[in-house]
Amino acid sequence: MLAGRRVAEVNTLTEAPVPYPFPSPPSIFHPSPELGELQRTRPVAQFQLADGRTGWLATRSDDVRQVLTDQRFSRAAANDPDVPDIGPGAEAAGSIIGMDPPEHTRLRRLVAGAFTARRVEALRPRVAVLVDKLIDDLLKQPQPADLVEGFSLPLPVQVICELLGVPAHDRHTFHEWSDAVLGDASRDPEQAALAFGQLAMYFAGLIAAKRAQPGDDLLTALIAARDADDRLSEEELVVLGITLLVAGHETTANQINMMLVTLHEFPEQWEQLRAEPTGIPQAVEELMRFVQLGEAGAAFPRVATEEVDLGGVRIPAGAAVLPVLTVANRDPALVTDPDRLDVTRGLSTHLSFGAGVHHCLGAQLARMELQEALRGLVTRLPQLRIATPVADLHFKKGMIVRSLRALPVRW
Amino acid sequence: MVTDQPRWRVHVGEACIAAGSCLALAPHRFTRGADGRSHPTDTVFKADDAVLDAAASCPMEAITVSHAQTGEPIAP
Repeated sequence: MLAGRRVAEVNTLTEAPVPYPFPSPPSIFHPSPELGELQRTRPVAQFQLADGRTGWLATRSDDVRQVLTDQRFSRAAANDPDVPDIGPGAEAAGSIIGMDPPEHTRLRRLVAGAFTARRVEALRPRVAVLVDKLIDDLLKQPQPADLVEGFSLPLPVQVICELLGVPAHDRHTFHEWSDAVLGDASRDPEQAALAFGQLAMYFAGLIAAKRAQPGDDLLTALIAARDADDRLSEEELVVLGITLLVAGHETTANQINMMLVTLHEFPEQWEQLRAEPTGIPQAVEELMRFVQLGEAGAAFPRVATEEVDLGGVRIPAGAAVLPVLTVANRDPALVTDPDRLDVTRGLSTHLSFGAGVHHCLGAQLARMELQEALRGLVTRLPQLRIATPVADLHFKKGMIVRSLRALPVRW
Repeated sequence: MVTDQPRWRVHVGEACIAAGSCLALAPHRFTRGADGRSHPTDTVFKADDAVLDAAASCPMEAITVSHAQTGEPIAP
């Protein structure tokens, strides 16, 4: 009877689900050792949450890519609150990230044009000016200064606010709400829902103001798409605005911080950039691959709408799969010596921006901001160093990304 | 013999960064090559809206669609 089944299937049937999530990893520079172990021995493995709900973890880069691009895996089906997840799943419902084609396609088409490589390149000089201004102001401060408040947060906030047409001086107001929206399962779900509601009210007010006085920005363009062509509902408009605002700065700001913390840990890589600043674009790609932006490191869950063969394992219809991007980026099938940071690598087929229809909309914008940020810091603050031991860095509790309260630096 | 549906030509340029949006939107029209990049399964085919969606979704605007006979550009 067993002879007819594939070996991997038999092993999976007889192996118990792994308890999930895993304990905090011993190092912020590498994925949990449990994830590496799974990638080597059980690349498609069943997990179980404390409350008994089960799902699957995909850890190899090929399998993760399949979960993200195979049409049989649905994001919309994963909005069900019973789907096991440890991230802000509920907030994805109603947002573009929680939709499948064709609903997803309809909304994505409305914004894709604003984020193409061509449009982003046109913004580069403006971003370079912002970087230099922020560094000018930083240099006036006593040392150690806080890089979060003085650089890594204001840069992407300013950029996305200008793009969207959100007044940047409202930053302190919406930043707390934005943090709560990105809370993980350890947080009270009420908090995230409340914060989302605050952001919705804020955007409703902003949209009303722009209807009265249109600007030359993406939000105005989206309002026109609604009012003139009925291409999206009022609710979709509000939620899209929130999604772009939150996604547009949280991840980039935290990536800037984590890039610097990581380069500080591997100083010969920083020296390499100081010596050859033309290598910064490749360095940004390698840091995208290497940096552990979140502890769990998984993208939003997908649900199989029919039975799917994933890496030789039969995923039943209705099962949830977590594509673990961080460990997929450390797959030896993707790069040799994957756990070594090498800023000269420049591999752009990492999975940090995802893949498939939900591939990060802002990827080119993020790349450009990160390149300009690193260029500014490497060339103007070549002696930049973190002024606190890594073990003493204070990460905010309960967020799906590693978000620092402050990053004290000296130059 | 006259065909009622126009035939299009599609090309994926060097700018492709393997984001994979096209593969997900039009899996019958694009495949992933050994280099990780996207390649059209057929360079000429019957008009297909899914390919327009794919072209619109490409972050690099690497996908170009044109009329097969005249070369007149259709997308992006």
